[in-house]
Amino acid sequence: MSAPFVDRHIGTDRLAQAAMLKVLGYDTVTELVEAAVPPSIHTQSRGELSVIPQPASEREVSAELRSLADRNSVKRSMIGLGYYDTITPAVIKRNVFENPSWYTAYTPYQPEISQGRLEALINFQTMVAELTGLTTSNASMLDEGTAVVEGMLLARRASKSKSTVFVVDSDALPQTKALLVSRASAVGINLVELNLATLSPAELPDAFGVFVQYPGASGFVWNPSAVIEQAHTTGALAVVAADLLALTLITSPGDLGADVAVGTSQRFGVPMGFGGPHAGYMAVRKGLERQLPGRLVGVSVDAVGNRAYRLSLQAREQHIRREKATSNICTAQVLLAVMAGMYAVYHGPKGLRDIAREVAGRATSLAVLLRTAGVVSRHDEFFDTLTLDVPGGARAAAERAYDRGYLLNVVDDDTLSISVDETSTDDDIAQVVAAVAGSVGSVNSVEGTPADSQPSLPAELLRTSEFLTHPVFNTHRSETSMMRYLKRLADYDYALDRGMIPLGSCTMKLNAATEMEAVSWPEFAGLHPFAPRADVEGYLTLIDQLESWLTEVTGYDTVSLQPNAGSQGELAGLLAIRGYHHSRGDDGRTVCLIPSSAHGTNAASAVLAGMRVVVVACDDLGNVDVADLRTKIGEHADELAALMITYPSTHGVYEHDIVDICRLVHEAGGQVYVDGANLNAVLGFARFGEFGGDVSHLNLHKTFCIPHGGGGPGVGPVAAKSHLAPFLPGHEFAQKSEHPAAGGGSVVHGGGAVSAAPYGSSSILPISWAYVRMMGSQGLAAATEAAVLAANYVAARLRDHFPVLYSGDNGLVAHECILDLRPLREATGITVDDVAKRLIDYGFHSPTMSFPVAGTLMVEPTESEDLAEIDRFIDAMIAIKAEADAVARGVWPADDNPLVHAPHTAQSIAVGEWMHAYDRERAVFPVASLVAQKYWPPVRRIDQAYGDRNLFCACPPPEAFE
Amino acid sequence: MTDYSALTFTAEHEWIRLEPVSEGSPATATIGITSYAAGRLGDVVFVDLPEVGAEIANGSVVGEIESTKSVGELFAPLNGIVLAKNQSVEDSPELVNSDPFGEGWLIKVEFTELPELLTFAEYQALLGDDALTDDETDRAGA
Repeated sequence: MSAPFVDRHIGTDRLAQAAMLKVLGYDTVTELVEAAVPPSIHTQSRGELSVIPQPASEREVSAELRSLADRNSVKRSMIGLGYYDTITPAVIKRNVFENPSWYTAYTPYQPEISQGRLEALINFQTMVAELTGLTTSNASMLDEGTAVVEGMLLARRASKSKSTVFVVDSDALPQTKALLVSRASAVGINLVELNLATLSPAELPDAFGVFVQYPGASGFVWNPSAVIEQAHTTGALAVVAADLLALTLITSPGDLGADVAVGTSQRFGVPMGFGGPHAGYMAVRKGLERQLPGRLVGVSVDAVGNRAYRLSLQAREQHIRREKATSNICTAQVLLAVMAGMYAVYHGPKGLRDIAREVAGRATSLAVLLRTAGVVSRHDEFFDTLTLDVPGGARAAAERAYDRGYLLNVVDDDTLSISVDETSTDDDIAQVVAAVAGSVGSVNSVEGTPADSQPSLPAELLRTSEFLTHPVFNTHRSETSMMRYLKRLADYDYALDRGMIPLGSCTMKLNAATEMEAVSWPEFAGLHPFAPRADVEGYLTLIDQLESWLTEVTGYDTVSLQPNAGSQGELAGLLAIRGYHHSRGDDGRTVCLIPSSAHGTNAASAVLAGMRVVVVACDDLGNVDVADLRTKIGEHADELAALMITYPSTHGVYEHDIVDICRLVHEAGGQVYVDGANLNAVLGFARFGEFGGDVSHLNLHKTFCIPHGGGGPGVGPVAAKSHLAPFLPGHEFAQKSEHPAAGGGSVVHGGGAVSAAPYGSSSILPISWAYVRMMGSQGLAAATEAAVLAANYVAARLRDHFPVLYSGDNGLVAHECILDLRPLREATGITVDDVAKRLIDYGFHSPTMSFPVAGTLMVEPTESEDLAEIDRFIDAMIAIKAEADAVARGVWPADDNPLVHAPHTAQSIAVGEWMHAYDRERAVFPVASLVAQKYWPPVRRIDQAYGDRNLFCACPPPEAFE
Repeated sequence: MTDYSALTFTAEHEWIRLEPVSEGSPATATIGITSYAAGRLGDVVFVDLPEVGAEIANGSVVGEIESTKSVGELFAPLNGIVLAKNQSVEDSPELVNSDPFGEGWLIKVEFTELPELLTFAEYQALLGDDALTDDETDRAGA
């Protein structure tokens, strides 16, 4: 019999844990955790009536996932509406999508060890910028719908117009319109929907922005340049959602005068996955770069002047600007953006154009054949989508198509739309024509599929400008070349497949292979998010089970899996609070209390939920200052909407007063939002809903094993008490609106949508499902124990070398600890940056730098690391401290020592004369074990300021590398 | 070396230098941020300054100074009208670090009335242990 999964997931075995406990002076792990977690919040539930089944083995879970997959039915989707079937080149599927070197990497905050995915993201940005004809693209958005919302918010802050109106094209995607509605009212924006294709530009109302879908949701391709020009005369910005594949054939938004282009790159080789994850995009014209939300990769130089990539303009991010932030978007969809960028690298400009011509040609064939059969397309000019007038017959036609295995989009009783994609064949066209035309029997009755049909695009909009001329898009045509390019980039990077990534508050635990396997199965990957319920029963069962399991472990009543990032979960939770107060006539409750220690995203989310942030002070121990909380509650009693609090605190400590804090807020009529970023410290021991939370978001990409993907995807479900359920995110196209409720029965989520798809990033939910299924309740608690043990072990062993900034009861920390490096800087001049970069030379990813306290490192080892790796990290930290001490003693000069020059590349020790005060061996092999296992960073320390002062966010011209 | 005694300051770490003007012309002042502020911000990478002709109100946010680590706000230290902005600093934001009291000035403003500002001695007292020294180049992060 194979070992139980819990022993594969948790890195420290019984023996190792005994050794670690000895250092800490405890007999058992449970004793340790119960000493750390305040008794007042210990959960009363110990799983007596658990809905979480007993743990299954890896093999059993694979079989269960297989049977769930078998209950999904993959039809040929021709629904369109922003989701198209696509062919993921197998070389990309195997070497990126299913490769832990790509999917287990973290967000590239340490650029020296992230050059591979930074280059891949530069490819993505170049692709988007050139196809959209705009100057600068960011490194991806969460999905198209939220990208349009961000486009609206960008237009408002960049426009000189004082208007509160945002004009929306009536031919926009329906899910985009729904998102705009649920987001605009919270921030005081008025939406005006107009048929822009027929509107005389002079009739355009005064507005700060105008949104055009290009081509329209109906498939219609029309020239919006007159509308855009008119918008500009009134000071409005033009936001255009454009289909990237169509843009290979039609004039780019930039050439039409657009200020902002948004959309999705899904159809560039990323499976539909029942709604996600995919990489949305946003690109802007020159002058708006600093308004871009999310992440932006730029070019800089390293310490010796070599070209290097890094995240640009980070100071504009929400975690720095807090309540002054204009967007709460943190993460991107890196893994999916990498895939889409690589799709363009592999196909090149000609390949993409050929794919687009074939799609557009087949759409023409479809139109011609349907006309012959008496069904007329509403528009003569289209790219891939036809809207058909079939009075009274739309549903029947769609049912006939369904019987042949095709999904069409029923717009209403009289209207159908059909989208052609890269996977469509002539036979598909014939089948669909037969179904729509109502013929029975063999498809051979449809004759004469026109060969080599031309696209049906307006001549005035044919694209003439070049795109993707850079060598990277014109080199890797053979699979051998592509495979080697992907390998080379993967080798530049440090991911969990190399070693520990002890990032505090990020929970970089194991992403087990069994958990990952189902993600690329066609029954999970190949479904359209608006597929009929009968086709997705396996998914709905999996989603219901995961929701009920998450409900139980958090002590809430219901969970929504729709938010596709932690930031969106925060927003969904706060919008639910807003909806709740409004439903009771409490419109004046708009103040959100946020402790000063909170992650900046909290404040940004509150602002976007229409709330005003009031900061609550923290005491010297990093806990909420209860006296200040009372004062602030007193000052804002009638306006109090919510308190947002992270538990355990962002300082990695179990606060004692949490129960009282929640009570005080409730007594004043406020709601308590508990940020679940640190759930890994309490799972199985305390439940947010039990100790006073009304609503929380969880991060499945932290606590529940979804990999970080190098900076996305994430999943940020929102969990809430039943009184907030009616305000949790709903969705017009959800296959069902009821969700399981704690204790049985169901509740309806009736709030506005926060993601483009009803279940957000559905295709990665099997990962978290498999994790809980294999761990069981006890396994989850054991993981918490091992995580808390590991953090306390690190704290105990490093305490003599670096002060541990905060600790709680019995001197214990939670699942992470903050090492204070400020005294080291005082004594030696060595900075937290120097230590972080020197860790690279020792073969480690740095812990979280300067969050939540500047000049510190926050270490979270997680439960998945074994004792040998934890000790290797501790030994490295101690060795680095000794090196810093040597600098202080004058052994090495302050400006020439292994720390300030870290990290060291192979080139740095091999090329030219060695001129340093320390030797080469010290530079790259400071400990002997590195000789056998060395990670070589590809660049030296990167100059952040240079890149921000000389902003350049596309592939550098080849001569730049000469 | 900067003659600090010719400057007045705000608690938001801005300095104000009154410019000599001919009889009858409106009073003008040059405004920048102190070396202390520049040092705290770190490497300045971008400055966003008000347009020439803009009216600025004492205490309001009129611009931004962005470093690799954070975004600082520029507060108007007085009521006035912007006469000029420093184009060189927009093109080379590092001037804020290398010469905060000189080439790194931000805007010139025309005004009628001066609010109460801090003298050099008062500003030094505010900085306490971080008081300005004769040579501030190191601290401003040049």
